Amino acid sequence: MHKSFNFSDRDGLINLLTRIGRNWAIIFLLIELIFFSVTGTGYFSLLNFQNILVASTTVMLLAVGQTFVIITGGIDLSVGFIVGFSGVICAKTMVTLVAAGASQILSIPVGITVALIFGLVPGLVNGLLVAKLRVPAFIATFGMYGVAYGVAEIISGNVPVHNLPPAVGFIGNGYLLYYLPGKLSLFRMPDNLAPEELKLAVGIVPNVVIIALFLILIFTFILSRTRFGQHTYAIGGNMEAAKRAGINVSRHLIKIYMISSFFAASAGIIYVMKFVTGRADAGSARMLDAVSAVVIGGASLFGGTGTILGTVIGALIIACLEIGLVNLAIPTFNLYIAVGAILIFAVLVDQFFPEITYKK
Amino acid sequence: MVPSRQRRHLFQCLDTICIFPDLSAMKNKINFQRLVLKNWVLIFLLLLICFFSILEPAFFSIRNVNNILIASTAVLLLAAGETFVIISGGIDLSVGFIMGFSAVSSATVMQFLFAKGAGYPEPVCIIAGCLAGLLLGLIPGLVNGILVARFRVPPFIATLGMYGIANGVAMKICGGFPVSFLPPLTGKIGNGYLAYYSSKSGLSLFQKPVLTDRADILALVRLVPVSVIIVAVLLIIFGLILSKTRFGQHTYAIGGNVDAAIRSGIDVPRHLIRTYVISSFLASCAGVLLVLRFTMGNHTQFGATYELFAIASVVIGGASLMGGKGTIYGTVVGVLLLGSLEIGFVMIGVEVFYRYIAVGCILIFAVLVDQVFPDLVHNE
Amino acid sequence: MDPILEIKNITKKFGGLTAVDDFNMHLSPGEVLGLLGDNGAGKSTVIKMISGVYPPTKGQIYFQGKEIKIQNPMDALNMGIETIYQDLALAENLNVYSNIFLGREKLKKSLGLFNILDHDYMLAESKTVLKGLDIEIPSLKNKIAMLSGGQRQAVAISRSIYWDAKLLIMDEPTAALGVAEQQKVLDLVRTLKTQNVPVIIISHQIHDVFSVADRLVVMRRGKKVGERIVKETNPDEVVGLIVGSVEG
Repeated sequence: MHKSFNFSDRDGLINLLTRIGRNWAIIFLLIELIFFSVTGTGYFSLLNFQNILVASTTVMLLAVGQTFVIITGGIDLSVGFIVGFSGVICAKTMVTLVAAGASQILSIPVGITVALIFGLVPGLVNGLLVAKLRVPAFIATFGMYGVAYGVAEIISGNVPVHNLPPAVGFIGNGYLLYYLPGKLSLFRMPDNLAPEELKLAVGIVPNVVIIALFLILIFTFILSRTRFGQHTYAIGGNMEAAKRAGINVSRHLIKIYMISSFFAASAGIIYVMKFVTGRADAGSARMLDAVSAVVIGGASLFGGTGTILGTVIGALIIACLEIGLVNLAIPTFNLYIAVGAILIFAVLVDQFFPEITYKK
Repeated sequence: MVPSRQRRHLFQCLDTICIFPDLSAMKNKINFQRLVLKNWVLIFLLLLICFFSILEPAFFSIRNVNNILIASTAVLLLAAGETFVIISGGIDLSVGFIMGFSAVSSATVMQFLFAKGAGYPEPVCIIAGCLAGLLLGLIPGLVNGILVARFRVPPFIATLGMYGIANGVAMKICGGFPVSFLPPLTGKIGNGYLAYYSSKSGLSLFQKPVLTDRADILALVRLVPVSVIIVAVLLIIFGLILSKTRFGQHTYAIGGNVDAAIRSGIDVPRHLIRTYVISSFLASCAGVLLVLRFTMGNHTQFGATYELFAIASVVIGGASLMGGKGTIYGTVVGVLLLGSLEIGFVMIGVEVFYRYIAVGCILIFAVLVDQVFPDLVHNE
Repeated sequence: MDPILEIKNITKKFGGLTAVDDFNMHLSPGEVLGLLGDNGAGKSTVIKMISGVYPPTKGQIYFQGKEIKIQNPMDALNMGIETIYQDLALAENLNVYSNIFLGREKLKKSLGLFNILDHDYMLAESKTVLKGLDIEIPSLKNKIAMLSGGQRQAVAISRSIYWDAKLLIMDEPTAALGVAEQQKVLDLVRTLKTQNVPVIIISHQIHDVFSVADRLVVMRRGKKVGERIVKETNPDEVVGLIVGSVEG
């Protein structure tokens, strides 16, 4: 486009190294994949890659929502329990509707919609606390974390919600395509399969991945191309400047926290669809992984920087690592050590490689 | 002079609250309000105690006070360490897992020495284990401090990373299972009391009187748990360090304005390292105390969120996450508030998860009070 | 000539503290007014009321003959009142042209449905305005964090120029600049005068103010203590007004 570096130009070389350094995450991911594929068994397979994608969904969605918040210089600690909160609401709604005689076709979308709507409420409250009452994000969202958990437990009566309509699991664990040599079918296993054929059938592109991908693509577009995204970065860079330029910062921040909440709610609903049960504590262990993913992906906790692509790579790094360790039968507590180390490494590397300078 | 933003905010709120035309009455009302608000946590705690005692008279008993204190010991130590870090303008997310790490380390040492077939007497095992736990527990703090001070990693990230690493290492050491088979004396120390009183045998120090009659055993009054004494001593020591020494003063200075601190000659990096080591040390004290109480060493579970309750207590106790404010005393009241809440809820039969909601609300209220009345100085 | 801006009996209190007390001022088209005073005199507060950051406690503001109520910065910007703040109010993490268009980004339609940022347009327009002001910045795609103080000031000024300011307020415009760049800024102010754009300058550099301003208003402790025509006074008298040794 505008920069052309020839290697005799020292600045160009520095720019190239800077580019590589700033994009270390994706290189790390590739190295990871290669390493595990070589040392593990069955790692480099369609089945395994799909496993990784599915396993990373919760963290990925939480992390993408978190990216918006972190870019504005805030943080959302409540997402861990919004997952459970909306999952429980979704499950309870579906169960109640089905028990009242409604069909699956009706109760599932209704359950999802209700959960999404309620899932926005914590985000709204977070946004109001942070933007209007100027409560520090850390505190406000930690308060909400507790409240969401408490409410989720109340709704679920402290036990996981069961007896969901079976179609839920079908969607949650299904694939877009099913492939058998000679047969290809959409959304469901091909009919009339002999037992041996059933074993060989391969699912391609899990449904939950499609849903997550869809959401992520939409919001990547929003963050990178629209005025809303631009203002998000501006607020993170210099909130006062944004205010004086006429941006309605309070309203914008409320929307940001609602986006984070929305993604957490989506993660909760997908959880329900995968495991066919609603748990109040779903996702609580994943929250700090989500923040780690955002930071590994290049965002700064001070705000103003970060991309969704980076976050996605960060989430994949963690997920690949986790599955890789399982694959190599290494105890998973090493995962915590590894993620902690990568996180610190991420910050150190970002410090060494400053911004790219344009010359023209 | 154009007032600072905080001052303006304060005046705006005073404007809305004080409607008395009489100037002196207004001043008195302001003073009273300030007094109330400055100590709102303590007042809230007392109200809470009354509330719970009315609903469940057993709440207001020596045994229950002991329970609350004992249950709060771990968080008290974690929060005390966190106080130093937060005042300096940082944060330490790893304290919960450092506690588990040191618990596991000290228990492993004790078990190792004890199990070597009557080779070492119990007290030696125990002391060795405690020392091991305390010394090893300094390492995460050192690493945290170096990352924050020398490598300028944001504290949130550095301690988040350590959170994972400490937990992972702890689990590695114990293989995921609690470390047991420790010398029995361990539990006696951890669960002992300063004094026991019974109508039969009178007052006895440290030794639990031998009673055979079941009624006598039930009527035994236990005074002041040993674990609480240990914690109290630590809290007093570190509280004095924070409020009376130059080290404490510098901690506030760094939290208030790090540039000013640097320029006045304070060795900020070294100070910060020490701050995180203190936090780590107190967390490892908490871990060793756990081993003494439960006669086993366990890594910290994921759902325990000790660090968040520690941080919440510190903030409720008057500190600001921006740094420069806070006291050990305030933190202690904050911890006791949360502890009473938890035990109180259990005693009156309210589901424990309601306490999350309560804690969330109290936390937000604490911050709002701090914003509206920023002049309430919380660093004496 | 009718004044373009009139401030009548403006007062601003923050609780018990009066920052601006019964302040009156007027400004005519093409006039450059210097607003002077020591620290804490209330100068910044006055212009923040004009630019929408604070609402006045009492008093009225008339712009172009009509009384106006400025509730927020966007109101002021929409009326053509552009302000260059002492701290420049630039987003360091965004590039030059994004800052020039901050809050007023140009959009274009994508796929006929969505409004996305029109980067090419903003880049081209920014280049034009910077070239017109004879300002040297290597690439407009660099982030503000990489620019020098003078370059940042230039970006802030270009932002105001681009949006066709009807009134320009400059708070300490030459504070962080080298000598050559200071002169450039002052030349800019003179250019604006020829275009009949009124300017209010707050500055501690009395000589700068003397070289471009037509009139001076001096504030002290929130009140106006003196008003002089530049040609009829001298720096010593003005300093005296500022510190209070000369009565207005």
